[in-house]
Amino acid sequence: MITLRDVHKSFGSNHVLAGVNLTVPQGENMVVIGGSGSGKSILIKSILGLVKPDSGQITVGGQDVTTGDRDAFLARFGMLFQGGALFDSLPVWQNVAFRLLRGALKRPRDQARDIAIEKLRRVGLSADVADRLPAELSGGMQKRVSLARAIAAEPEIIFFDEPTTGLDPIMAGVINDLIREIVTEMGATAMTITHDMTSVRAMADRVAMLHGGVIRWTGPIADLDNSGDPHVDQFIHGRAEGPIATLR
Amino acid sequence: MRILAYIGAAVLAQLAAFGRLSIFTAQAVSHLARPPFYWREFVTAVVQIGWFSLPVVGLTAFFTGGALALQIYAGGARFSAEAVVPQIVAIGMVRELGPVLVGLMIAARVTSSIAAEIATMKVTEQIDALVTLSTHPMKYLTLPRVLAATLVMPVLVGIGDIIGIFGGFVVGVERLGFNSSAYLKNTVDFLQVHDITSSLVKGAVFGFVAALMGCYYGMGSDRGAMGVGRATKGSVVAAAVLILAANFALTEAFFST
Ligand SMILES: Nc1ncnc2c1ncn2[C@@H]1O[C@H](COP(=O)(O)OP(=O)(O)OP(=O)(O)O)[C@@H](O)[C@H]1O
Ligand SMILES: [Mg+2]
Repeated sequence: MITLRDVHKSFGSNHVLAGVNLTVPQGENMVVIGGSGSGKSILIKSILGLVKPDSGQITVGGQDVTTGDRDAFLARFGMLFQGGALFDSLPVWQNVAFRLLRGALKRPRDQARDIAIEKLRRVGLSADVADRLPAELSGGMQKRVSLARAIAAEPEIIFFDEPTTGLDPIMAGVINDLIREIVTEMGATAMTITHDMTSVRAMADRVAMLHGGVIRWTGPIADLDNSGDPHVDQFIHGRAEGPIATLR
Repeated sequence: MRILAYIGAAVLAQLAAFGRLSIFTAQAVSHLARPPFYWREFVTAVVQIGWFSLPVVGLTAFFTGGALALQIYAGGARFSAEAVVPQIVAIGMVRELGPVLVGLMIAARVTSSIAAEIATMKVTEQIDALVTLSTHPMKYLTLPRVLAATLVMPVLVGIGDIIGIFGGFVVGVERLGFNSSAYLKNTVDFLQVHDITSSLVKGAVFGFVAALMGCYYGMGSDRGAMGVGRATKGSVVAAAVLILAANFALTEAFFST
């Protein structure tokens, strides 16, 4: 279970997070929606400690994230970065198997490679991309390699920052199913950021809307259509008119 | 009063920068004692920094040694001391020009590429990705490069010294009419162990500085292409200035009587 209590983060005068309260139950996929620039990426980065909140408390499984052994803490996580963040000096399979080639989870190279190829297959990439460099792949392919890397070590908590952005509709469907499967079959706890309403409906257990630095609304996916919140309604129907300003 | 406040702020900023750099250095070095050590990254860095720098080091040293011989000959001729060319070329190359020129070439070639690479990794979130994959960027990126540069640079400087002396020898024998075996004998007889030690120690220090500056500025890069550009420029300037300052300090330490 992940809990955020009154988390604040500002960059200069830009108050990105202004008191975020959110609970992500164990074994569920919490989908975070919200306008571009509303602070969704900053939100998950602050849980991982990549961004230091100015104030507030974040706990994972009851433990404050700023205390305890950081290596052991990070070993439980997988993260898909919005921009992919693949290591461009390493071939694709070594990116995917990065955790399996060093550190606590180290295993023989050929075994790590086999796992990498299996994970690539699950994101719809064939074995012949394994030896290419990330720069030789299309944007959508890089995204999927990055997704394969995030799930390669089978972490218990996974963050997906826009997993389907830039993918064709069929591939987006494959990824939606994959994320759903990882959460239900492996019992992982997930937070997914997406702008794609089809994805939201396909994989969310719960939805939270971030707007104006706070969680405007959160609830189970079944309640999304009658949330009673005009911000949520405007967002899910993609209307230009409503309480969310279009100039930001 | 305004001026005083201005100077004070500038001094404080410098001190803060110096403090940050010191902490960064201490962190980088401290990882040496804490496993794991990333051998693969280390070997790659040795090849990148050492092997691929050989051509530029060789050319720089050769031409400098040749020019040095010509100048010493021309200068020495004014008080009929042309005969000292082999000795002065040897001393000049080994004590000063070898380490300094190789150091500056490494600052241009290695510091810049380390800074640009690490800054790009920072900007594209690859450093964040490393952290989330339980890999310490200092251990994985900084330590292998700094250690490789520190160990490889004495070798590069040694090679530079030899090629520089050879450059002087070629000019001396071909253009200035020196006897080749006498030239070599004079060089070897004149150089002392102390000269060579100082050369290699300087190399190690300059290698450390060059790689450290690349990593420091790369890790501290701002976002965007401008950030990468600024980091690269800053790293080369800092490395060059620090190398020259360290050279003065080391010359003082080795040769002041
Ligand atoms: N390193 C940084 N320095 C300064 N400002 C930043 C930094 N990172 C993010 N911001 C600001 O924080 C705000 C939120 O950024 P964030 O990346 O979290 O948005 P987002 O909700 O993920 O948007 P998108 O959907 O477009 O990815 C933005 O206004 C951005 O300008
Ligand atoms: Mg984002």
